[in-house]
Amino acid sequence: MSEAGTLAVLEAARASARAAIEAFGAEHLRHTESCGQVILHVAPPLAKQVLAWLQADPAHRFDYLTDVTAVEYRDPERPLEVVYQLRSLERRVDLRVKVPLDPEGTLQVETVTDLWAGAEWLEREVWDMFGVRFRGHGDLRRILMWQTYDEGHPLRKSFPLRGHRSRAEQTRQALAANPEAHYTLEEISIHEAYQELPPDMQERLRRRMEAGS
Amino acid sequence: MGVTPARGPGAHEEVLDPISPNFITTRLDFLANWARSNSLWPMPFGTACCAIEFMATAAARFDIARFGMERMSFSPRQADVLICAGRLPFKLAPVIRRIWDQMPQPKWAISMGACASSGGIFDTYTMVQGIDTIIPVDVYVPGCPPRPEGLLYGIMLLQKKIRGESLADPTLRQEQLVGPDGLFRRPEAINEVSEPFGNSISQTRSG
Repeated sequence: MSEAGTLAVLEAARASARAAIEAFGAEHLRHTESCGQVILHVAPPLAKQVLAWLQADPAHRFDYLTDVTAVEYRDPERPLEVVYQLRSLERRVDLRVKVPLDPEGTLQVETVTDLWAGAEWLEREVWDMFGVRFRGHGDLRRILMWQTYDEGHPLRKSFPLRGHRSRAEQTRQALAANPEAHYTLEEISIHEAYQELPPDMQERLRRRMEAGS
Repeated sequence: MGVTPARGPGAHEEVLDPISPNFITTRLDFLANWARSNSLWPMPFGTACCAIEFMATAAARFDIARFGMERMSFSPRQADVLICAGRLPFKLAPVIRRIWDQMPQPKWAISMGACASSGGIFDTYTMVQGIDTIIPVDVYVPGCPPRPEGLLYGIMLLQKKIRGESLADPTLRQEQLVGPDGLFRRPEAINEVSEPFGNSISQTRSG
């Protein structure tokens, strides 16, 4: 992209950030820039509202959620941040939204799976690695570590690099795990669990089977 | 069939050893070992970049067909040698144990690369510190990743090892001995081989 084009995109992201601050109030929102990225800092209670607004407002249309992740800094004074990387496919604009949380307190934010369905696994990963709870997430399970893993959330700064337990104990627990228990019943055998599925999923499966695929 | 005197005090009668080295068994050994060592069917367990080198070894330039290994067995039930090519996270530990248990005797294992052999650079909460804490390993191939020549050398070492096997050795086909807690090695031994060494000693900040 040309330099002028890059500047225009950056300016569009700035405009979105400024519009959000104007709409929700400067006491809860803040806008910074780092390495050519426009970052919007949002207080936790407003996060869901702001994200929904950025997605739905016709002037902004951030319709694609590139990533949900989190970051904890070595400086204990700095908050643990949940990071949403948004993109408007139409306008080709990127915007990063950060929600600061107290690393000592309860880590909890609203889920955005109802806004972007693709957030489901991303939020599971943040839960698995950082222990951030997403209120309203339908299926908040571990995704990278196995289900019975009980040493905590590995990417927290308080987590020792080699884990809490001895290697022998880790090996014993890993070998005791059932490799098939990482999945829900419907992931293993959709037929056996068919009656227990929610009606919309039953309907979708029925249609797919009728279509013969 | 050979006859060996029973050991220990008060043993008067002679006990018939089912198999002992003699002309017939050694000839039989030679034939079986010759056949086995030249038709090893590998079960590739490729988890990382070592698997790329393994694929190169299997391809035309290095060509493990020359050693009778061209038939990759993607089912452990029809495999002779498990080649663990790459790092093994704890999440895969029960998987490789199950694959190993599914392989019929006689079976051998090659640990390919630094990570499979010792955990390599991954001295972290996720990584098995050497697959020999999970399954028995016959040949370790060093390297990160090993060049195909390295793997071929490891395969030739394994063939040499197989040619030295004997039916008379009663421990040869013993199934792996897993303790009551499901571990293949004593817990102290696992902890000992997993001790941090070299540069990784200074890696842990928080504990």
